[in-house]
Amino acid sequence: MAEVLRPEKLEMSNDTSSLASPELLHVLAVDDSMVDRKFIERLLRVSSCKVTVVDSATRALQYLGLDGENSSVGFEDLKINLIMTDYSMPGMTGYELLKKIKESSAFREIPVVIMSSENILPRIDRCLEEGAEDFLLKPVKLADVKRLRDSLMKAEDVAFENLMYKRELEANDVYSQLKRAKI
Amino acid sequence: MNTTIVAQLQRQFQDYIISLYQQGFLDNQFSELRKLQDEGTPDFVSEVVSLFFDDCAKLINNMSKSLERPENVDFKQVDSGVHQLKGSSSSVGARMVKNVCISFKECCDVQNREGCLRCLQQVDYEYKMLKTKLQDLFKLEQQILQAGGTIPQVDIN
Repeated sequence: MAEVLRPEKLEMSNDTSSLASPELLHVLAVDDSMVDRKFIERLLRVSSCKVTVVDSATRALQYLGLDGENSSVGFEDLKINLIMTDYSMPGMTGYELLKKIKESSAFREIPVVIMSSENILPRIDRCLEEGAEDFLLKPVKLADVKRLRDSLMKAEDVAFENLMYKRELEANDVYSQLKRAKI
Repeated sequence: MNTTIVAQLQRQFQDYIISLYQQGFLDNQFSELRKLQDEGTPDFVSEVVSLFFDDCAKLINNMSKSLERPENVDFKQVDSGVHQLKGSSSSVGARMVKNVCISFKECCDVQNREGCLRCLQQVDYEYKMLKTKLQDLFKLEQQILQAGGTIPQVDIN
């Protein structure tokens, strides 16, 4: 007698969410200003985010394992849900960081938000064209972070629902095959 | 807890902080900072402004060096310093400092050394003035807490 295959016995990953932990977005914040780093860190903590703050684009790339010094080994488990970076930084700018992230296969799906104290339209356009999720004028407001968080959580919900639907279809497919095989 | 003392101190605090807004030392961003503070992080605002004042001292010192010799002014460095100062003053709500930075940038753009020196002097004065005012404000906060009271939320609108 053939054993009835239940979906649990099929090799399906249980990792349904890319969130760092339930309900917690992990944000990587990049800013060369100590004052702004302290401010954005608090803003994000108050908004129930897990925060990692670095002081330069170079350090951000190091953190993500994109600096060429390391291979991607060990960085697959790094769960970043959002990157927020200042635009004007010495060395590598936020715009250049944005481009590097969008060029990387591992991290290009992560939303990148640019922050700037200057409301320069061509700058904003350039960033959005390069794939920035949003462009925020400094000082960043709690309302901005809340809006970001809500839209990202919603995207997670949609992705989760799509995944569940896909599984349902797959499970139905297996069931149909079993029926046909008269098991 | 002596409720009269607490009430008096709270009133003093409220009047003082409102006067700082009304006189233009602080803008709305400072109240945004205060909103981020809670019982778990009672020193958040004082820590941020402390970082800001350190920043001011450092940037002003660097810019002063760049402006020192009339025949060899590094306006690019000064501009960078002003930009950073404007940014951090904006982040903490230091309105006067921020406003001086706007004029300062204009002097820098046209490479006006004399103008830059005047702005440098003014920005130095403004940040030190604000530092004194905020020290007094934080002292009042401490007195309220020590008397067993809570810090009033102040609506500046």
